[in-house]
Amino acid sequence: MSDSKYFTTTKKGELAELKADLQGDRRDKKKEAVKKIIANMTVGKDVSSLFPDVINCMQTDNLELKKLVYLYLMNYAKSQPDLAILAVNTFSKDCEDSNPLIRALAVRTMGCIRVDKITEYLCEPLRKCLKDDDPYVRKTAAVCVAKLHDINPQLVEDQGFLELLKDLLSDATPMVVANAVAALAEIGEVSPTATMLTELDTPTINKLLTALNECTEWGQVFILDSLASYTPKDDKEAQSICERVTPRLSHANAAVVLSAVKVLMKFMELLPEDSAFLSSLTRKLAPPLVTLLSSQPEIQFVALRNINLIVQKRPDVLKDEIKVFFVKYNDPIYVKLEKLEIMIRLANSHNVANVLAELKEYATEVDVDFVRKAVRAIGRCAIKVESAAERCVSTLVELIQTKVTYVVQEAVVVIKDIFRKYPNQYESIISTLCENLDSLDEPEARASMIWILGEYCDRIDGVDEQLGTFVENFHEENSQVQLQLLTAVVKLFLKRPSDTQQLVQKVLSLATQDSDNPDLRDRGYIYWRLLSTDPAAAKDVVLAEKPTISEETDLLEPALLDELICHISTLASVYHKPPSAFVEGKVPVRRITLQPRAEPSAAEPTGEEPPSGEEATPTTTQPPPQVLPSPDDLLIGDLLSLDLPGGGEGGGGYNAPPAAAGSSGLGDLDFLTGDLSGLQMGSTGMIGMAPTPMIGGGG
Amino acid sequence: MIGGVFVYNHKGEVLISRVFRDAITRTAVDAFRVSVIHARHTVRSPVTNIARTSYFHTKRGNVWIVAATRQNVNAALVFEFLHKMVDVLESYFGTITEENIKNNFVLIYELLDEILDFGYPQKTDSGILKTYITQQGIRTQSTEEQKQITSQVTGQIGWRREGIKYRRNELFLDVLESANLLMSPQGQVLSSHVSGRVIMKSYLSGMPECKFGMNDKLVVEKQAKPSTAEAATLEQQLSKKGVSGRSGIAIDDCTFHQCVKLSKFETERSISFIPPDGEFELMKYRTTKDITLPFRVIPLVRETSRTHMEIKVVLKSLFKTVLSAQKVEVHIPTPPNTSGVKVTTLRGKAKYKSGENAIVWRLRHMQGMKETQLTAEIELLSTEGPKSKQTARPPISMNFEVPFACSGLKVRYLKVFEPKLNYSDHDVIKWVRYISKSGLYETRSQSNY
Repeated sequence: MSDSKYFTTTKKGELAELKADLQGDRRDKKKEAVKKIIANMTVGKDVSSLFPDVINCMQTDNLELKKLVYLYLMNYAKSQPDLAILAVNTFSKDCEDSNPLIRALAVRTMGCIRVDKITEYLCEPLRKCLKDDDPYVRKTAAVCVAKLHDINPQLVEDQGFLELLKDLLSDATPMVVANAVAALAEIGEVSPTATMLTELDTPTINKLLTALNECTEWGQVFILDSLASYTPKDDKEAQSICERVTPRLSHANAAVVLSAVKVLMKFMELLPEDSAFLSSLTRKLAPPLVTLLSSQPEIQFVALRNINLIVQKRPDVLKDEIKVFFVKYNDPIYVKLEKLEIMIRLANSHNVANVLAELKEYATEVDVDFVRKAVRAIGRCAIKVESAAERCVSTLVELIQTKVTYVVQEAVVVIKDIFRKYPNQYESIISTLCENLDSLDEPEARASMIWILGEYCDRIDGVDEQLGTFVENFHEENSQVQLQLLTAVVKLFLKRPSDTQQLVQKVLSLATQDSDNPDLRDRGYIYWRLLSTDPAAAKDVVLAEKPTISEETDLLEPALLDELICHISTLASVYHKPPSAFVEGKVPVRRITLQPRAEPSAAEPTGEEPPSGEEATPTTTQPPPQVLPSPDDLLIGDLLSLDLPGGGEGGGGYNAPPAAAGSSGLGDLDFLTGDLSGLQMGSTGMIGMAPTPMIGGGG
Repeated sequence: MIGGVFVYNHKGEVLISRVFRDAITRTAVDAFRVSVIHARHTVRSPVTNIARTSYFHTKRGNVWIVAATRQNVNAALVFEFLHKMVDVLESYFGTITEENIKNNFVLIYELLDEILDFGYPQKTDSGILKTYITQQGIRTQSTEEQKQITSQVTGQIGWRREGIKYRRNELFLDVLESANLLMSPQGQVLSSHVSGRVIMKSYLSGMPECKFGMNDKLVVEKQAKPSTAEAATLEQQLSKKGVSGRSGIAIDDCTFHQCVKLSKFETERSISFIPPDGEFELMKYRTTKDITLPFRVIPLVRETSRTHMEIKVVLKSLFKTVLSAQKVEVHIPTPPNTSGVKVTTLRGKAKYKSGENAIVWRLRHMQGMKETQLTAEIELLSTEGPKSKQTARPPISMNFEVPFACSGLKVRYLKVFEPKLNYSDHDVIKWVRYISKSGLYETRSQSNY
């Protein structure tokens, strides 16, 4: 029983002992030795020197020993390709064995020996096994084709294995069908020629749908995943496939359920929007998704990441189910964080009271990340549901009064966003914020606070002193804070020019003369020149009306969302990134994405650059500037784009309040912000009126 | 698909390593150890991506079970597989421990070879696997037997072998429910649901076709009367309480064991299947409407001074007086700076456990429609300075076991047909039992300790 003895540390000269045992006659000794070797192999010791001796044990009628030898062979064949050929004979012989278990074992192992030289010897046995009488052998052979294709795609295609594999789709045994589908799908993903061959047609789809009812849970997943890559001819076919897939939603295996959801979500796009079938399907999706939340935590995590996509695509599906996403005290942190995301997505004016009560509860928990996210969520609720904004703000104020530093900082950041969404409504709370100035030590919180001070400087008593204190330590601040501080002081000056001239001069000279940061310097110079040449224009620019921030933040780009919907249940849906972002090497031949009902997809995903999950606004990627615009345009355009905090804060999102933007007649603005860094060097030179020459350091 | 499966102990030593794809190298095995098992901060996701290799992990005790891949695999499938693999291993040698893994590593490799081919999950039904993966060494099988094994593995009814015989045909149904509740301190139900399982133990000969019926609202409404007289008698035989109301319960969602014909459920809402031999989980379901909540906990917290507080907890049982709950336990968390606790209870025993930071109140039995209470005086160490860190305030949680189904589910019938063998539905002895246990049964305590 106790095989653990094999794991004990290797003595000196043990390899020699093992060798002797392998060469000996005693069967039990042989087996002991091989076990010991496998244990060594597992813990990472190199036992490849025993290769010839182990191979010699291959011809045995003891199945257990044979399996052990095969295991060894699969591990070391690559390092001993010449010796591995010795095994070919045994394999060919085993493939003819009367016992189907032995035949299958041989064909399974063969494919795992990843030595190029051997592969051609395997073709004949494999061909036989693909047509074997026994379904167990055939299902193993089907997978073996995929193995062989991975080693030598050309060989597989030349030998016509793909056609043989395709024939297996009509096999009488569902498990054979399922494995053939899986193998074809994998081959189709990497090989262009195979893609043509593996393209599914209507009769095949019907065969698969029949097999779906009868094969193993895993087989059902393979089949459903293949169905998801099929494009139905018309909405009738889409509907009939949906009808036959829907029962899978009641399967106990979460993978079956999620793959069925994938097929349905994809095909629903093809159904007429007002059909009764579509709405009944939408209703049927919710219960199984909710049920997934009572599975093991790891499955819950995968399910929640996918639900996040589903509610973005079809907000109707789970609109009444927000309660199931309430966080439980004992949920693992990764489940808690994901549930929180979905709660915000589902929040609306009907349920916001409940949601807010929950979020407040979460904001008093222990886990710092979770608490921060909960506080941020309160802010997002305020922005999303106008009727609840007031309650959200008062909740945030209550939380600030706890004086827990990270809660306060997070609250300040979201309050800034609330101010942007509802300007001039909640200034009364500014005094509470000011009381907590000292506890803000994170750049984002400090920058947010300074923005608020600048924005409402005409209504806060002693704001010049407060900003003055920040200016004292200007050089110790993070660049994000410095930029905000600069803008805030300029705002203050424009509103109260009489008594703040000294302050503004100080901050301008700090920004332009003592700083190494080109963003800061440039912004400083522009303010300086604006103020000195035309204060009225400065007012127009710096105190301009700001565009409102979007209600729904953290949405995925529509094109990416559509692509991810086609990858429901896969890693791509867990990472929220297209497969090309994390799978390397082989370029996917097929790029799967949703097909909308009538018009062609609005924006084809560009592919190379995966937009990060945190992308705040759903803007389409801007084309990089290729032609330098005329100097005039450049000057104006650049002025404004520099004023946007975009360059320094990676923004464009609502997190970075643009100090000024949106004057009309500057169509090139967006065009330029696309690639600011490339232009900065040249443009600073071109402005040319700067007090000190400042080429270099740039971009 | 899955590129490799690894099992590590808590130190990160590899106990099992089975690689299916070239892309997964020994370096990848080490990367997981370094970045996850030895990581200074505990990893906050069950999926980790290290240098373009994705790792899925789950833990059993101190043992890490990991799958690695470099492709865009079906993540739900990988986790389902890992859990299934654990089930299979446990059915062979009991709990997953380092010792057990080491003791059975040859068996594990053999099983892995069978349940996972080139990273694709194959047959994972331990009942069938046990017919041909035995670790008995040499065992000669006749051609007949071999054929039977392979046809079972690949067959449509892969969960049951042919030729099973019992002298006494018998079946047991257990309706096991877990009641989940989250209640606000003011007694408002924030969320509640019942997740239930129907566990069947079948000892039936041949290939019996079974049909299972319950008081599913959709079915009950469809058939105003019970379909046949036969069904009515069966119901009497099965439901011992004899209180099955005519009205059905609303089931939010249910999932079934793979033996159940799903398409038939979809169209007729009838549950028919050929059961595996022995014990299995026939169905899982979830209900949220008209749930009987067996207990109500009412906490009252009073902070009398900075160093002293009082907690009063009232416990009410809300079910029929003839019934009695067992293993009742109330877990009342105390602040972390608790220095002493004095507890008095009307019934049961209560103890302050400093290790758990909680008062644990146990009652062996509690009849229905009763009320009892606990009071505790808590001395606190005075905390100085401003609060810089928040303290956890876990909810008050409960454990219990009651002999009825909180969802109101009733088994109406379970019919057995075996066309080939010589026994009829009447000859089968059937048993049914209802047990509800607490799932997460929590009441939040007031916000300010």
